[in-house]
Amino acid sequence: MTQQSAEQPTTLAGDRQGPPEPELGPVATLAGSGPYFGDFGGRFVPEALIEALDELDTEYAKAKADPTFGEELAHLHRTYTGRPSIVTEVPRFAEHCGGVRVLLKREDLNHTGSHKINNVLGQALLTRRLGKRRVIAETGAGQHGVATATAAALFDLECVIYMGEEDTRRQALNVARMRLLGAEVVPVTTGSRTLKDAINEALRDWVTNVRTTNYVFGTVGGPHPFPAMVRDLQRIIGVEARAQVLELTGRLPDAVTACVGGGSNAIGIFHAFLDDPSVRLLGLEAGGDGVDTGRHAATITGGAPGVLHGARSFLLQDEDGQTVESHSISAGLDYPGVGPEHAWLASIGRAEYRPVTDAEAMEAFRLLCRTEGIIPAIESAHALAGTMRLGREMAENGQGDGIILVNLSGRGDKDVETAARYFDLLDEGAQ
Amino acid sequence: MTSQQVLSRTGRRLDDLRAQGRAALVGYLPVGFPDVDGSIAAATAMVEAGVDVVELGVPYSDPVMDGLVIQGAVEHALAGGVRVRDTFRAVEAVAATGAPVLVMTYWNPVVRHGVDAFARDLAAAGGAGLITPDLIPDEAGEWIAASDTHGLDRVFLVAPSSTPQRLGLTARASRGFVYAASTMGVTGTRATVGADAARLVRDTRAAGAEHVCVGLGVSTGEQAAEVAAYADGVIVGSAFVRALAEAEDLEAGLDALRRVVGELAAGVRSVTR
Repeated sequence: MTQQSAEQPTTLAGDRQGPPEPELGPVATLAGSGPYFGDFGGRFVPEALIEALDELDTEYAKAKADPTFGEELAHLHRTYTGRPSIVTEVPRFAEHCGGVRVLLKREDLNHTGSHKINNVLGQALLTRRLGKRRVIAETGAGQHGVATATAAALFDLECVIYMGEEDTRRQALNVARMRLLGAEVVPVTTGSRTLKDAINEALRDWVTNVRTTNYVFGTVGGPHPFPAMVRDLQRIIGVEARAQVLELTGRLPDAVTACVGGGSNAIGIFHAFLDDPSVRLLGLEAGGDGVDTGRHAATITGGAPGVLHGARSFLLQDEDGQTVESHSISAGLDYPGVGPEHAWLASIGRAEYRPVTDAEAMEAFRLLCRTEGIIPAIESAHALAGTMRLGREMAENGQGDGIILVNLSGRGDKDVETAARYFDLLDEGAQ
Repeated sequence: MTSQQVLSRTGRRLDDLRAQGRAALVGYLPVGFPDVDGSIAAATAMVEAGVDVVELGVPYSDPVMDGLVIQGAVEHALAGGVRVRDTFRAVEAVAATGAPVLVMTYWNPVVRHGVDAFARDLAAAGGAGLITPDLIPDEAGEWIAASDTHGLDRVFLVAPSSTPQRLGLTARASRGFVYAASTMGVTGTRATVGADAARLVRDTRAAGAEHVCVGLGVSTGEQAAEVAAYADGVIVGSAFVRALAEAEDLEAGLDALRRVVGELAAGVRSVTR
């Protein structure tokens, strides 16, 4: 494995190493403790969690080097997740994208309905290797909570899911799904009662129960090793898709698009293309009512560097460093932070990040339903809206024969109620 | 290496008390609860009633190391419009009592203010240093430099899960004292202080720490006496915040606070070292 500094990467996708573990020397020479992505990442957590993070880091390194782990995970993906997920070309939708070719990577067809299962199965295997019997997780829309509850049922683990009280109301059916799967769902009533507060509460649980409990973190954020580990577990999306696009079209796509909340589906599909300089990488953030209104979740577009939930990255914050509440029609993107690797890819210009408003996302949502018979998650509809805009720009720049690969990260079953209300589709009596 | 060149204000107070044969009572209150002036009055009352070292908390939107009592107080303070700059005003006012005043803060408000600027403003206000619950020495290069430049104490935490290597690392990086978390968990009152605490203090001293104070869970005079028998200081937060929070008004809160501080101070002073 190549080791290099983030400043002079020979390959962007190689495992980056931060400064070495601190030696027990004079404090003035103390360096960072975990792999960094340029200036981003690290471990900004209470000391009480360091031993568990070190243990997880060590066990994960051992698992990565152990062929059995890879085989077990691949077997689960083949026989349980439904991998490889297919790639679908969507010509009728593409007519609204300046006429470029549009290919969807169908993570919506995975068991449990999104890419989240890729990560939790890997972390469940790790939990077993750690000899722990209890898992906790945070969830916003409920997709990661459902995936974790699913893996916990499969692996016979005790499972507690923290979910903001506000989100338990918005996503009541997912709460029921988690309970059907045997998980305990704890509504979080502190702070803004959404995803960020669910993470706070999960961290408090972990500080208290770390000796028996593994925290199955849902995105490429948090303290090291989570950003690198979750990325590795999601990387399969891009690895499969790159080969599938090559086979289908005989060449690489011109652009890859994905929605970005914490950023796990985006890093999952981007990562296999990092060293293909001809491939544009475009992350679509939740623009809510519009970034200029202040009611949005576009962390890279509208945030500033800071520390939240264990990592240095971009976040939405006020001038005192207090976290600012995010807003999005999509509960899965409604988060004021973003994974540190995205912050780094943005800072070096390898990936671009643009906001998509609620209205643009819902227009793309409806369009994919009508033109292709696919109901996407509202999260993924942000990627579709960004693809429509990018396709038209490409056509204007003489790239009308271009190819865009979109990560369709989840399906829209969970969003039917939101969409029905948004588009006023319910009969009087049904409301 | 300038660590030894900076005279630690908190360390000196702990040495004085040790010479008197007793441990210190370290009291926490968040700035802005019930409002900024009220928190200054409360911290001052705390010193008058027997607290030796003051810990003023910077209210933060995501306090992952705090239990419900302090979370509630901090949410109230933020809803009331407290600002980071109010911390410096509160520090200046409370430092006038003569007690060392440490600021306890999660890391992002310091990052946002600018690490060196925060250290400069804290020193100018007469503050003694920072307690940083979500900053480990490994990530603290900028703060270590700034605290040396501005002559401030830096209190890092150790936990029952800390390895001997990490105890050594943290002991070397800290100035003033090392904050030993008595149990695995968040702030809040508990029926018993973990048996882990005495072992942790012993191990942290063995790893090179000059002063070790114990926090998390102490709320009664009896517990304070128990901890004062082996630690350089007993840190109390939630029990003091609760006294303020459960009172009808500020005056009643200050009375309740003085009573609780008095009980804890008597506990600390009941043990001769």
